[in-house]
Amino acid sequence: MSKKYDAGVKEYRDTYWTPDYVPLDSDLLACFKCTGQEGVPREEVAAAVAAESSTGTWSTVWSELLTDLDFYKGRCYRIEEVPGDKEAFYAFIAYPLDLFEEGSITNVLTSLVGNVFGFKALRHLRLEDIRFPLAFIKTCMGPPNGIQVERDRMNKYGRPLLGCTIKPKLGLSGKNYGRVVYECLRGGLDFTKDDENINSQPVQRWQNRFEFVAEAVKLSEQETGEKKGHYLNCTAATPEEMYERAEFAKELGQPIIMHDYITGGFTANTGLAKWCRKNGMLLHIHRAMHAVIDRHPKHGIHFRVLAKCLRLSGGDQLHTGTVVGKLEGDRQSTLGYIDQLRESFVPEDRSRGNFFDQDWGSMGGVFAVASGGIHVWHMPALVSIFGDDSVLQFGGGTHGHPWGSAAGAAANRVALEACVKARNAGREIEKEGRDILTEAAKHSPELAIALETWKEIKFEFDTVDKLDVK
Amino acid sequence: MPFKSTVGDYQTVATLETFGFLPPMTQDEIYDQIAYIIAQGWSPVIEHTHPSRSMATYWSYWKLPFFGEKDLSAIVSELESCHRAYPDHHVRLVGYDAYTQSQGSCFVVFEAR
Repeated sequence: MSKKYDAGVKEYRDTYWTPDYVPLDSDLLACFKCTGQEGVPREEVAAAVAAESSTGTWSTVWSELLTDLDFYKGRCYRIEEVPGDKEAFYAFIAYPLDLFEEGSITNVLTSLVGNVFGFKALRHLRLEDIRFPLAFIKTCMGPPNGIQVERDRMNKYGRPLLGCTIKPKLGLSGKNYGRVVYECLRGGLDFTKDDENINSQPVQRWQNRFEFVAEAVKLSEQETGEKKGHYLNCTAATPEEMYERAEFAKELGQPIIMHDYITGGFTANTGLAKWCRKNGMLLHIHRAMHAVIDRHPKHGIHFRVLAKCLRLSGGDQLHTGTVVGKLEGDRQSTLGYIDQLRESFVPEDRSRGNFFDQDWGSMGGVFAVASGGIHVWHMPALVSIFGDDSVLQFGGGTHGHPWGSAAGAAANRVALEACVKARNAGREIEKEGRDILTEAAKHSPELAIALETWKEIKFEFDTVDKLDVK
Repeated sequence: MPFKSTVGDYQTVATLETFGFLPPMTQDEIYDQIAYIIAQGWSPVIEHTHPSRSMATYWSYWKLPFFGEKDLSAIVSELESCHRAYPDHHVRLVGYDAYTQSQGSCFVVFEAR
């Protein structure tokens, strides 16, 4: 039936608020937490969000009638109260699949978190979750390798992996930096990591770092008989330089490179992930800038969305916070989004902050990386929270050991293996953590000293961004 | 800062991946780990190799994977038979997970004599 052109400004809710709509399996669903300006009805705010993040604009335009806009528009199909919050509410919006380019996370985010976030009728807006339809997921490559392939390449089974960021993060020459890598790896770590701030500064240009690190990796493998790796940060000012660094890492026979996916951008990340798949290279992902976007409980994007986007864009390891260390992170919420990284199906579970059933199909999984202010005493909790498909990274908790980084690494490795062994034997490792570590320290002077060094350090502050639960 | 004589010298050790930093397990501790593998629904697999090729991806199977085996003592006696047959080889036990096509567990039970 043809429609008539009627110029002017219509209320958004006339077109975009459709409470009777039943979402299709192929729809991309989003849950926004909305805080409207005073006096604006909820339906109008929710409909405005649906409109501004899909096909709408503030005025009726004649060219709308050249297409069947009902086929393309986003629709708000449900509004829900936010537990414990009188002014905010959840708006659930369904977007038809054809609004998005295949395989482009960049395109999805440009629509969903674009102009709409500056919209005047809103005081705050937060994207809480996205349900990606399987039809869209199948157009994304996802992790270049996935958990199973990474384990096979690195020969690490039946336990979390152990890593460490090289410190000080800036200021070491290439040769001194390689020394610290060598010390950590010979001491028993599986991986070391470039700090995210290290790209190619004057004190240490990237080729020089890559060469010394490659030698450290090779020597430590020969001497320990175990597989080792160092995340060589390829994040750079331009994609061309990024690929040049990645190619050189491959030439040196290194197993893994690294990218900072939010500062580097989703397009750069997806491109590098595809390069990694093609070149048999693992990809470690850092998340600098995430807290700017995800920490405010009423505005921005929840990290579970950024985590889902990374799995689609591609990465084999992603930082998720530690729950127990120096950085922000609520336990239930963290468990919710590490499921999104690793599982093939994640059911809706509000107690973990997951608003939708999410089917990942056959997409590979991403290792959860716990890093930041953790030390041996945290080990039982970390093994219990993160399980085997994780990388536990101790920076200060390795280099700060009184005997140096190699002994610090060994202490962490002993503690990790003692916890895994105890867990497998059916012990409650969080409850019995002290006993398990103390027993293990009898065979390891390195661990005994580490336990003594860090016995008083805790980071007990309340979480700023809590789940919305009663 | 003067050098402190309390600083120890950490010597690099050659290890065989998971549990390589723990002392050798007792019989009971090995039982616990086998029980864990079986309780997860994984298949026990015994592999062995000469120390000179311990970093190779493939070690030799001892017989075939013990699909469906639930008897702890059967696995222990197979481990011991393998160790007797190849005393100069490392012997490891794998918990093979057919769902992930990965190893849920993998550790060396007997080091080469």
